[in-house]
Amino acid sequence: MSNLPSHARVVVIGAGIVGNSMVYHLAKLGWRDIVQLDKGPLPNPGGSTGHASNFIFLVDHSKEMCKFTLDSVEQYKELGVFTQSGGIEVSRTPERVEEFKRRIASGKAWGVEGMHLISPAEVKKLVPYLNEKIILNGFYTQGIGTVDSLRAGTLMREYAQSVGALQTFANTEITGLPVENGRIVGVETNRGNLRAEIVVIACGLWSPRLARMAGAYIPLTPAVHQMISVGPVPELMDTVGEIKYPIVRDMDTNMYERQHGSDMEVGSYAHRPILWAPDDVPSNEQAALSPTEAPFTQADFDPQLEQALELIPDILGNEKVGIRYAINGLLSLTPDGFPILGETPEVKNLWSVAAVWIKEAPGIARAVAEWMTHGNPEIDPSGSDIARFYPHQKTKTHVNARSAEGFNKTYGIVHPREQWASNRNVRLSPYYEREKNLGAVFYEAMGWERPQWYESNAKLLDEFGARVMSREAEWDARWWSPIINAEHLALRERVGMVDLSAFALYEIQGAGALDFMQKMAVNQMDTPIGRVTYTNFLNEHGGIKADLTVMRLGKNHFRVVTGAFDGARDKKWLTDHLPDDGSVTLTDITAAYSTLGVWGPQARAVLQTIGETDWSNDAFSFGTCKYVDFGTVHVLASRISYVGELGWELYVSFEQGAKLWDMVYEAGQRFGIAPVGIGVYGTTGRLEKAYRLYGSDLEMEFNLVEAGMMRAKVKAQDFIGKAAYLKQRAAPPAALLCSLTVDDHTSSSGVKRFMQGREPILTLDGGPIEDARGRRSYVTSAGAGPSLGKYILMSYLPPEYAKVGVKLKVEYFGEHYPVTVASVGATPLLDPENKRLKA
Amino acid sequence: MNILVCIKRVPLTGGKISLTTDAQAIDTRLMGFTISPHEECAVEEAVRLVEKHGGAATVLTLGPVDAAEQLRDAMAIGIERAIHLESDGREFDPVATANAIVEAIRADGATFDLLLFGNEAADTGDFQVGVRVAYALGLPCMTGIKEISVNGNQVTAKREIPGGWEIFDAPLPAVITVKEGINLPRYPSLPGRLKAKKKPLATTQPAWQDGGLQKIKLLNPPEEAHQVEILGKGPEAAPRVVDLLAELGLL
Repeated sequence: MSNLPSHARVVVIGAGIVGNSMVYHLAKLGWRDIVQLDKGPLPNPGGSTGHASNFIFLVDHSKEMCKFTLDSVEQYKELGVFTQSGGIEVSRTPERVEEFKRRIASGKAWGVEGMHLISPAEVKKLVPYLNEKIILNGFYTQGIGTVDSLRAGTLMREYAQSVGALQTFANTEITGLPVENGRIVGVETNRGNLRAEIVVIACGLWSPRLARMAGAYIPLTPAVHQMISVGPVPELMDTVGEIKYPIVRDMDTNMYERQHGSDMEVGSYAHRPILWAPDDVPSNEQAALSPTEAPFTQADFDPQLEQALELIPDILGNEKVGIRYAINGLLSLTPDGFPILGETPEVKNLWSVAAVWIKEAPGIARAVAEWMTHGNPEIDPSGSDIARFYPHQKTKTHVNARSAEGFNKTYGIVHPREQWASNRNVRLSPYYEREKNLGAVFYEAMGWERPQWYESNAKLLDEFGARVMSREAEWDARWWSPIINAEHLALRERVGMVDLSAFALYEIQGAGALDFMQKMAVNQMDTPIGRVTYTNFLNEHGGIKADLTVMRLGKNHFRVVTGAFDGARDKKWLTDHLPDDGSVTLTDITAAYSTLGVWGPQARAVLQTIGETDWSNDAFSFGTCKYVDFGTVHVLASRISYVGELGWELYVSFEQGAKLWDMVYEAGQRFGIAPVGIGVYGTTGRLEKAYRLYGSDLEMEFNLVEAGMMRAKVKAQDFIGKAAYLKQRAAPPAALLCSLTVDDHTSSSGVKRFMQGREPILTLDGGPIEDARGRRSYVTSAGAGPSLGKYILMSYLPPEYAKVGVKLKVEYFGEHYPVTVASVGATPLLDPENKRLKA
Repeated sequence: MNILVCIKRVPLTGGKISLTTDAQAIDTRLMGFTISPHEECAVEEAVRLVEKHGGAATVLTLGPVDAAEQLRDAMAIGIERAIHLESDGREFDPVATANAIVEAIRADGATFDLLLFGNEAADTGDFQVGVRVAYALGLPCMTGIKEISVNGNQVTAKREIPGGWEIFDAPLPAVITVKEGINLPRYPSLPGRLKAKKKPLATTQPAWQDGGLQKIKLLNPPEEAHQVEILGKGPEAAPRVVDLLAELGLL
């Protein structure tokens, strides 16, 4: 065995499907001097890849996961290791039949082809050994298949070696990851140390342990997925190759049945969550089979036996067919179900590519390699960015609670607004007790408990009557209340108060603060002190990295205000670009200030009675902020609005928050103030105003011109992404973000249906719409516009459709509903002149 | 015929074995458990004999609560019922184990024509329990057996010795301890697993006895040194590989 080199440009730790895909894509993108290490032997070092069932279903409700999967299948095909077998998800319950319609819609939105709903008889035709009498229907996708993931890994390594880019060392265990000045500088192993500029942790369920060596966190947990393999099956003996019959997923029992040669593999996600600690996973030497093939715990699988037998009675009921292999296979679970990708926020040049399954590994590796190379992956991986986690989300308690809760949702029917039940009440605003007393229904935002609506506002339902746009279908009304729309109307017609304490707040200070903010932001940052600017951050390629507001509080003092869901990522982006000379500091003051929004035609009237300043338009114009005393409470009032109304965000030190709440609430009574939840702030209020939401309407895959957010002028100063932005401005956009309204909500059964977002937008003849860059049109945001009496959808449309009045369709649970383009770009449907905002 | 098979729950080895810090036991935290391999063959043999000659087979174990898993495993491949002598986790030595089994057999009331044991347990390797039970019950005993045939009231058992076989005839009832290789145990089928869940399993708690054996501590044997010799690379290596295979008598 040759010796380790003393230096490498990049070290990839792990030779499972993820590590192998990483070295492959790095080599393809021109990286050289790559060293790959694994503590196990090749080609199966003993991680999760070695025992994976290796099949790939294509549809996922998440856009990025679906796209990673589709890309991965293409790559596996190119490597010649993919066998297309087709696959069928079968339903046993009416809810699942409905869910399949939703899955088809997601597939259409993300570009999956060859999907069909088929009858039990048709399922039987494709899978003759299946008992069709117990199923209601099937969701067939032609492009489903299996891969030889170990062979794929070998081919990928061989490619990287053949271009002289890679040296791989098996049986080499990492003993330390040295860090100097916050930067990784190499790896220490049982066979010697090497210096490296970049280290990539791609070692699956061992990743947390590796990250801790460097002082970083990869918040995942090893967990058990039980699988048995039975055989030899007489019905399968004549199969040439690995698989002849479509793979079956028995969704309502959380199981799958997949042919593997003359055997049938039965896997389950139905058993109790069985989590392991990374340190308890045995070494290759200690393990009876492999470290990730833990001893089977029969009792956990017993309930599934009968369900499997019901569906596949001929094969599994054969007493001559034995259970030849049964394992508690270990895989990685994360607290939100998404992979963990990107450079760790704790250590520079230390990257994570973890919690990635066979079905998406090559696609994800391509994206991460692009990210490492030029910062602009073709498929936006932001939802899986390791920088998304806040400190509490990296704790073992949180990781284990959410991973356990998420495990049984693997095949679940998960509503887009469904809330987590475990580990709640982690971050509470100073208004929390008062909100609770008002009957707040709390939804979680990265640990924060935020009122989605208030049951105490139920009295508004009578007042607003039919204008609250009630929903008849259970799914549409799930995790929702008509009170949201009533609160909306109360705010638009009188005044509302909104808890915005979940905002992430960063102070940017120092001699270089202005130059720094100029570099980061698209908008002019050299504004008068007291100016509030809504702006974006771009990456070098003009992809939208962030969407936020900046207050200039002093010559060398800015406050960045961003949303809870983006705050941690935005913090890393800012921190990464801080100058090395210490001339600029970033201070996270999220926990020091709470924020209360007061908006509505009566907002000024309310605040005039308690805040000691001149609140008039002349003295306090839109887009400005200043300090105002409310008795003994010192408040920074900022006149902007995400709901398009007259009003202010009031920033108050955390310990005085409750006092401010009481003052506003009491003063507001005679003006009819209502506490208003995030249901209004995050959906109905902003949609009427065509305000975009990062992660839904804005993402790296679209640019500002397409989003209709091109500013009139481009500032003279340089900023990140400027050159790309200038190019984008000069070229005609491939798509434009539009607001559409639903013309008729009535389904074929006469029930009014309301889309929830992420549905495909279709032409009048029902075909998908694709722009010149191959991106399909889908609903980026959906919600009621109670003040308009309309239901609003946002979608990127190619220019030929992006015209007011164009008629299109939206697919929802298998039916097509007529929609009309109501506005193109940022022009809002409500108050396009912004008279309310500037009242 | 009526057969009793006695089995033991042992750690599922295959990797490096670690000991607890007091060196009194194997560290089984990461391990699965299984039926001791010789006894797995005894279970299979019992099922085959019943398939051939009719009757019923019973499986018995002395072990902790979790040893019920191994009883269910045995019932999953065709044993009809199980007796669990549940221990409190303390180890019974061979004398105590044999005493407990003999008491259980007497208490059970059934008349067994054949009592099958494994030749020795995979973990403690005492080679004693079958012999002691036979002695206590006054039955003929044949050990290290790799073939069994029953003919009426007679049983014939074959033991492999260097260069040949020793063949024993004995009247039933008798005790036989079997060795791996007597058969290839079958895998449980899915219906077998389901049936096993419903088969009768009787549990009693025998008092712990001090059989007189005292454990000082466990030791890991020194690792055997591995010697790797690379015979060559590519087609050039072929002649040396052929020579080696011939040397090993494989050609």
